[in-house]
Amino acid sequence: MGDYFVLAISSIFINNILLAQYLGNCPFLGTSKKMETAVGMGMAVIFVLVMAGIITWITNTFFLVKFDLEYLRTVVFILVIASLVQFVEMFLKKSIPALYAGLGIFLPLITTNCAVMGVCLILVNEEYNFMQALVASFCYAVGFALALILFAGVRERILLARVPTPLQDTSIALVTAGILSLTFFAFKGMV
Amino acid sequence: MAKSLTQEFVKGLWDEVPPFRLVLGLCPTLAVTKAVENGIGMGVATTFVLVFSNILISSMRNVIPSKVRIASFIVIIATFVTIAELLMQAYTYPLFKKLGIFIPLIVVNCIILGRAEAFASKRGVFRSFLDGLGIGIGFTLSLVALAAVRELLGTGSLTFWVKPIQILGPSFKPFSFMVEAPGAFVALGLMLCIMNLAGRK
Repeated sequence: MGDYFVLAISSIFINNILLAQYLGNCPFLGTSKKMETAVGMGMAVIFVLVMAGIITWITNTFFLVKFDLEYLRTVVFILVIASLVQFVEMFLKKSIPALYAGLGIFLPLITTNCAVMGVCLILVNEEYNFMQALVASFCYAVGFALALILFAGVRERILLARVPTPLQDTSIALVTAGILSLTFFAFKGMV
Repeated sequence: MAKSLTQEFVKGLWDEVPPFRLVLGLCPTLAVTKAVENGIGMGVATTFVLVFSNILISSMRNVIPSKVRIASFIVIIATFVTIAELLMQAYTYPLFKKLGIFIPLIVVNCIILGRAEAFASKRGVFRSFLDGLGIGIGFTLSLVALAAVRELLGTGSLTFWVKPIQILGPSFKPFSFMVEAPGAFVALGLMLCIMNLAGRK
């Protein structure tokens, strides 16, 4: 049990997918202007990432490794993720319209979110077993949502501040992200 | 509004240079720019994929049905990424190790899919080739510029290929913040600010 706790803490805080591993930065900057969109994107990523992590793990272990096809990993993973996202979108639209209304517009963006593909590759590279892969993919996704929501909170405040013209928009957002990343950097001493 | 062939090439170097003007493809930009060498490797790999996927997509643009175009683009891009990955594994193994998962992640680099969708799927083969080459070189130069700033301030040396070259004297105290994650965000943010200042006139 202790191992899983350490894995969870390190995936959420120490190796935070956005601020320490630099994955998924395009949606990080793109959807953090308003709290609402940040929450929506965070939830959509948690939802898809857990499923994608498990499915690519299974594909890799029982298909690619077994038949010695590991060189096809990139192509197979991206296809699995793209079709998974499409499928989730269709499923939600038909069966749970309330959830679709909340997450719908973010789902297509997730295909090209490198956090999803990145976590799938990390799970395989670290040679996690099934339970570890499940815990790690969930915790990485939680870390993503956490950082995104924190950042959106900060960014809403920046709107009220007077920012010099050349620094406006993306530029000041990046510098802020750097300071946020510095706070997460402090977790490195924990384990 | 037909641009001349030179313009198609040159626009990638300044007007539309990623990741500064088009804020796309930030993840590799932030992650690999710890050393100039990594920046060059990543830039060349991305340019390779960008040029060949642009050529192939543009030559197949009348064959691909528009409903499944995104999926087809992704498969084409993923194929070239795999080729680049295998080539790097075979010929530049240390660099391949350093770049790690960011090589397969070229697939989800928004710049490539963006160019495929916005440019190559509508224009001729030669124009798409020039566009890919221009944007690719622009991307490589930006990576190198960012990496040079970070590495110089973070370690006092520059690594162009394999061996670091000491630039700043022994009295320089390395500012290790710059080569860590937070420094990446701050450096990119400040460079963007400088680009805005320079472009404002």
